[in-house]
Order: sequence, then C-alpha cells, then structure tokens
Amino acid sequence: MKTSLAAVPYFWSKEQYSQFYSEVAQTDIDSVYLGETVCSKRRSMKLNDWLETAEKLVDAGKQVVFSSMTLLESESEIKYLKSLISKTDGLFEANDMSSVQLAHQANRPFASGNAINIYNEYTLQKLHKLGMTRWNVPVELGKDDISPLISPAKQLGIEIEYQVFGRMPLAYSARCFTARHHKLPKDNCQFKCSEDIEGILVNTREGDSFAQINGIQTQSAKVSNLLKHWQNLHQTGVDIARIVPVAPDSTIEVINSLTDAIKHNQAKPSYADNTREYCNGYWFQLAGLELIEAS
Amino acid sequence: MDLVCPAGNFQSLKKAVDNGADAVYIGMKNATNARHFAGLNFTPKDITRGINYAHSHQCKVYCAINTFPRQQHWKVWANAVDQAMDLGIDSLIVADCGVMDYIRHKSDSFPIHLSVQASATNIEALNFYHQNFGIRRAVLPRVLSLAQVTHLAKHSPVEIEVFGFGSLCIMAEGRCYLSSYITGESPNTQGVCSPSSHVRWEENDGVLKSRLNNLLIDQYEPHENAGYPTLCKGRFEVEGSTEYAMEEPTSLNTMDIIPELLSAGVAAIKIEGRQRSPAYVATVTDIWRRTIDHAKGKPTQITTTDKDKLSSLSEGKQTTIGAYERSWQ
Repeated sequence: MKTSLAAVPYFWSKEQYSQFYSEVAQTDIDSVYLGETVCSKRRSMKLNDWLETAEKLVDAGKQVVFSSMTLLESESEIKYLKSLISKTDGLFEANDMSSVQLAHQANRPFASGNAINIYNEYTLQKLHKLGMTRWNVPVELGKDDISPLISPAKQLGIEIEYQVFGRMPLAYSARCFTARHHKLPKDNCQFKCSEDIEGILVNTREGDSFAQINGIQTQSAKVSNLLKHWQNLHQTGVDIARIVPVAPDSTIEVINSLTDAIKHNQAKPSYADNTREYCNGYWFQLAGLELIEAS
Repeated sequence: MDLVCPAGNFQSLKKAVDNGADAVYIGMKNATNARHFAGLNFTPKDITRGINYAHSHQCKVYCAINTFPRQQHWKVWANAVDQAMDLGIDSLIVADCGVMDYIRHKSDSFPIHLSVQASATNIEALNFYHQNFGIRRAVLPRVLSLAQVTHLAKHSPVEIEVFGFGSLCIMAEGRCYLSSYITGESPNTQGVCSPSSHVRWEENDGVLKSRLNNLLIDQYEPHENAGYPTLCKGRFEVEGSTEYAMEEPTSLNTMDIIPELLSAGVAAIKIEGRQRSPAYVATVTDIWRRTIDHAKGKPTQITTTDKDKLSSLSEGKQTTIGAYERSWQ
C-alpha cells in the first residue's frame, strides 16, 4: 500500500510551509500534493515558491502532484489554474470539473479529487477516457459503496486513494466563515485564517463538536482516523492511504507511524494522540462522525 | 426569461400552471431527486396527468433526476430516466456524469439541464458539461455574485438558469457532506438534507431545543420563533461566542435584481420549494410571474403587499439576496 499527503488545507506562512515540507521530504511518504485548494486570496506562496518546493520533494524521491482549487468562481482563478497546468507536469489533482476540462485539453493525466462526484462505474469510465488515472474517493463513500468499483478501476488502471487521517472537507461556500466569525467582510478578511493553524472549532451549545471552519471551507470537527484499519482498506483494494495535514508536528508523526506500519506489515500504527477527537464512520457506511475502534 | 416553478404533487403542478409558470419541475417517489421526502413527488400516473395538464396550457414539465447513484443502486436511476423519457418529459435535470452519459446513449438530442447539484460555477466547468454531454442549460449554484452570474450568462455555451426565491443553500450544492457527516443521510445519495427522521424537539422550562441526530442545532427562548433545524442555520459556540456560525434562518429573494438578470441574458428563474404546499406554489408563482412581466415592460405591478407575502412565506420570515451581493459573502 502506498501513502500520500494531501495539500495543506489551512493558510500557513511561507516559513511554515517551507519548514513543513523539508520535514516531509525526510519521511517515507510516496506522493505529496501541493498547492492552495481552498481560497485564492491566500498568497503566502507564489507559484514559483511551490515549484521550488516541488523540486526539493522530487529530489527526495517523492511523487509531486499539483492540486487545483476546489471552488473556482472568478476569471482570475481560472487564469491561475491554466498557468498552474502549463507550468507543472506529471499527475495533476483536479478538484473541480474546470480542472478536469483543462487537464484533458492539456493532455495531462489527472487524479480526481474527493470533491469530484464519482459515485458509479459509468462516471469513472467517462473521466478515465478524459485522462483520469487516480481516484480519490468522495469522503462520504464507504467500503460497500466502493467495493463494486474496485475491479472496474483496476481494469482501467486507475489507482484508488482513500483518506485515512485528517479532517474531512465537508462543504464549500461563497461565504468566508472565518471572516464572518471575526465580523469582517470577505473582501476585507485581513487574512484572519492565517491565525489558526488547523481552523476554528465550532461546537454545539452543549459542547459537542460540530464542524471546523477554515475560510470558505467547512471541515469535519473530528479528525478522520483509519490508521488502525489500514489493512482492511488495503484488502478491500485501496491502493493509496491519504493523510490530510493537521498541525505540522502531528502530521509528520502520523506519516512516520503509518509508513512504518506498512513497511513492517504491522496492523496497528503506533500513533496515539488523545488531544483530538476522531471519527471514521463513513468507511463503515455510518454517519461520518461515528467512530469504530479497531478490534 | 422563463419562470420555472416547483411541484411536489399534482395539485402544486396545477397551481403553478394556473398562475403562469413557463415550466414546472417535478421528481419521482425515490432517491433519484434532491427532495426525497415522505408523501412528496410523482408516480408515473401522476406524471402523465401532470404533463397533459401542463402541455394543454403551453407549460413545460422538467423532471429532476439530480442525485448521484452509487453503483449498487444504479438501476433505480436508469429506470427513472427510461420512465421519464417514455412518459414525455420535456427535459431532465441531471447532475451525475454517469446518468448524463446514459441519457446520451439513448438519445443524441434529448434536452439535459445541468442540475445545480453538479456545482458548475465557472466557464470551463460549463464547457466541460457542454462538450461531453451536450447540455442545453445549466442551473448555477447559489454561490456566485451578480457580476459573476452576468459574466457567465454572457460567455456560457449554454442557457443559464438561476435561483430566484426559496430556501437558501449556502454551500456549493452537490459538494456538501455536512448532513451525511451528522446523520448518515446525504443530499447527494439519498436526496435529503438534515432529514426529518433525525429531528427531535424537546421543551424544558419554556426553552425549546431542536436536535439533529441528538446534536443540538438551536435552542429558543419563549419569545423567539423556532425554525426547522437545518444544520447550517443553527446557533453554535465559536471561540466563546454564541452565533449563527454559517447562516441565519433566511430565504433567498432576488426580486430586486431581476432587471439586471434579465439584461444579462439569464434564460430562466427557478423557484425553490417542491416540499412546500400548493397554496405556497400558487402565491409565489403569481407574484414572480408579475415580477418577470414587469421587468419585461408589461403593464403589471408588484405591491408592498406582494413583498410582505413573500417575506411571510420565508424561512425565519426574512430574506436575503445571498451571494449575488458581495457583502453577503
């Protein structure tokens, strides 16, 4: 089983990214997704900075996959997407149908991100014809949903990727919820999201966790965690275990613990951090916030 | 600019037609559409009856098959397409690429309207659906500003339809998994959001609590109006303050920008609300018929009473122009 690291969903500074990816380069992770996927106003990293980061990761033996934004509305966002596709190479992660369209036009093989709605074999086949070679499964699909798609995907040579750690992206809006919380208009957001390394927790008035706001993105409040079920995913036919970054230190720990477990074929990676709440219900065809402990 | 109105049953369809809808949209009694609610929607017999009535009044009937079939349930969606086309539906409203592909295998030219659930928010996404599936029209998600809608209407390869009035989805449609995260039931696969089967009300010392799968969505003091616990419209704790973290209970109303949408070349205005009553459909269709006619320069009026009526029919008795206005975002 291979491993991947999704693009950082939060807004970090250039220094934070730089430090983080130099540590990532020293891990055994196989693929690293790079780029801003949530908000086009976040510009601590210019395209050249990303290209330099990519170069270092490639030198360290990683496969680098550039990711598109997820909700693209303005002409300038489409323009940036075009330049991202033209100035990078290799596999590209399409997170919106505009990226599928442009990757296809550029004859670029693409991974479909988990905000692309592939729920059945016919959609899978259609996107495969347009150049899709990797399928990052929509977060709400579980084991029983994807089982009938495993063999068609393998026949088409499509790799299957499933999120095993990190908060799940659950929604995208025109509205910036971080700016709203700070009583600021989106057009003058003062980049408040850069103050929160993992977004802002939203609880119910009884103190139960509900969601994590991260700019225009809403994430699951609980961190998805299938680390101790990685063999179950592997046996089902998942090719790549995807880790979505949380704070840098924890992310590196998670990567090391999972890649180590896979290398030594250990059922249960050692990672344990009780400061976060976990969930993994989707894989077991339950509400996403449920947690099934490994037996 | 056409007026496209919702119908959850034959009576609503009749009210929409009688009050001047150019088209009515419906769904079948299963998870193939995004309003899969108990007691709602059309049997094949109702569809035939509805089409006959609408067509005899020069009104079109669209059928929404706009959820995403998982492989194990594929046949239900394929049957829905077969049935709708056999019964003489004028157009299918679709979101899933597999379903669109299936329709195109049956017919090169059958009109497909891209559902809002497909979340096409920019010109390249519209090009994608146009080039691959020959869609005729696209319904835009409620996440775009007026300037963005105008730009798309001008450059789009297909007709553009936008939402005019009704419940406000604040997330890009078709890409929101909040409901399935909390309840296990999803708009994309089961056609429901914040399903009523998971709602529970509790009253204690005059305080009313609304819960969704046990999680507290909101609580109301005796002087406050209680609303349905749609999960993105509750009051939550964020860094120590209690607030509507995502949105207040409110409905969309774009009446004030209809002249701009008309001159931008928007082909149709959609009214949300297949789950609402025939009386609701009658009132809203009547007022919106006159709104569009007035914008087109026809001798008709919209009064303050009309506006009050729309507000009183809205969630939380208040309306917003939503993402069309930058300040909302």
